[in-house]
Amino acid sequence: MTTLLDPATTRPEPAAPGPVPRRRRTRPDDLPAGVNPSKTSRALVILGLLLFAVYSVAPLWWMVVAATKNQSDLYTTNGLWFADNHLWENLRSLVTYNDGIFLRWMVNTLVYGITGTVGMAVICVACGYGLAMYDFRGRGVLMGCVIGSFLVPGALLTIPSFLLLTELKMVNTPWAVIIPGFFSAFSVYLAKVYAEGAIPRELLEAARIDGAGELRIFLQIGARLMSTGAATVFLLGFVGSWNSFFGPLIFLRGEEKWTVMLGLYHWLNIKMDQSVDLTSLVVVGSFISLIPMVVLMLSMQRYWRSGITLGSMK
Amino acid sequence: MRWRTAMAWKGAAFTVPFFAGFALFTVVPVLMALSKSMYSTRSSGLGFGEPVVTFSGLENFTRGLTDGRFWGSMWRVALFSVIVIPLIQVVSLLMALMLDAIRRRLAARFRLALLIPYMIPGIVQTLIWIYLYSPVVGPLSPFFRWFGLDVNFYSGDLIWVSIGNLMAWGGVGFTMLIVYGALQAVPAEIFDSARVDGASEWRIAWYIKVPFVRRSLVLVSVLSIIGTLQIFSDPLLFRSMTPETVNKDFTPIMMIYNQAFAEGNFNYASALSIILALVVGVVSAIFYRLTNRAPV
Repeated sequence: MTTLLDPATTRPEPAAPGPVPRRRRTRPDDLPAGVNPSKTSRALVILGLLLFAVYSVAPLWWMVVAATKNQSDLYTTNGLWFADNHLWENLRSLVTYNDGIFLRWMVNTLVYGITGTVGMAVICVACGYGLAMYDFRGRGVLMGCVIGSFLVPGALLTIPSFLLLTELKMVNTPWAVIIPGFFSAFSVYLAKVYAEGAIPRELLEAARIDGAGELRIFLQIGARLMSTGAATVFLLGFVGSWNSFFGPLIFLRGEEKWTVMLGLYHWLNIKMDQSVDLTSLVVVGSFISLIPMVVLMLSMQRYWRSGITLGSMK
Repeated sequence: MRWRTAMAWKGAAFTVPFFAGFALFTVVPVLMALSKSMYSTRSSGLGFGEPVVTFSGLENFTRGLTDGRFWGSMWRVALFSVIVIPLIQVVSLLMALMLDAIRRRLAARFRLALLIPYMIPGIVQTLIWIYLYSPVVGPLSPFFRWFGLDVNFYSGDLIWVSIGNLMAWGGVGFTMLIVYGALQAVPAEIFDSARVDGASEWRIAWYIKVPFVRRSLVLVSVLSIIGTLQIFSDPLLFRSMTPETVNKDFTPIMMIYNQAFAEGNFNYASALSIILALVVGVVSAIFYRLTNRAPV
């Protein structure tokens, strides 16, 4: 299965941002030789892309605008343009509402995300390294388990996981969302494919002849060569953990343990149950909660893009 | 040769922590689901005293297989997937082909804009659209009223269009990125020779580029089917706004969640989970076979 992978994508890429150009383009204007599309069809293509780009960005624009409005302007003024700026007041009420529960949720999400993802990255990168670098009996079966589990619907696992974690006395503790996250089959797959491309086996042989133990070889050679791959695994895991909803919804009861996504959902529901209107808080809270993700994804584009392309070619 | 075997086993030790946890948190729950589904919990007599757990064989399954509410939710979601997933794939393919037809630097800018929704957390994506659709805060209702149309995005007729649009908004960027990546891997010589033979750009796109990215599209479709049949958080959030349209058994997972946590019937919820998992597996397998059999 892995033979389908383009070697250029499996090898660690040089630090240049963006995809590696694989098609040679010789003409200065960057279009393939011999292409001479008519002006109208070029214009149509650009127009189509422009319309879709507007569709993609406009909802986010609405949210940015809405975050600066107070409750009454939110209902009465044009949604796509600014009214009086109330962003600071909104932020102040966000962090003071209910004794600053929102900050608590943000901290929780960060703590669960970092502990869960560090543990996951260590376990899964080690496993991927073991699967890629050693020929032991049963390796094929284990690899089959990893790939087969992609097809196991999460639906099957949720209810019994709840029962299992109840047995383990982990329900309603942060461990219920942290520990199951350690064992991500997709991360193992990613790490294995990455190790195959990044670590030459001869290097390990050479280290063995010099008398290094297997653990030391992993820590000093393998782990270093895999650092880009490990960063990808960490990034995708952290984003997944920040965005997760179903797990925290089922496993965490008290609101002081919640994650930010669960908290926002709770605030959305309060609007229906009581006469308080938290719309403005939900909007500002959503806006604050998406900033770390967008910043992370934008600044680490190279990592997650290579990650999802690798994953898609299995 | 002896030390080589020893070394291999040391290497296998690196995989032990993962597979131990994998067994505990994936294999054990599957087995627990199977065993739970074979039992029933009944409160004795008039509801006094300890509830009694009895072995009931396949009773939960026969109940699940004939449960109108469950299959109603299943058909609802299946119909939705059949319409929305191909639509998302087609739009993504179109975007990728369009990106591939323009200058590289410009394409990079557009690609970033199209990927913005993908970077936003799923719950926040849903919240944004819930408010955009809202008749009181959202700008969409006034916009349509301007054209003389009175549109209620929360109504029973439109709720799936609303959810479908939300899924497309969040999903096109990701699929487009994968298809575009596959397009970049096509050797340029193929296009050059087609051009020399006088093929138009449209013909090249349809007869050469599309067949090359079919594998990627099939794969993303299978993953989308698996995901969409299990749709949960989107309709749950819509339910907060419009509980009369989105009932508590609106999708299979919502029904399972409700059985387990509102009614406390974990046995029946386990059986329904297994039925859903089988349906998802069969549908993915059939789809994979059908789409991969045709010659590339």
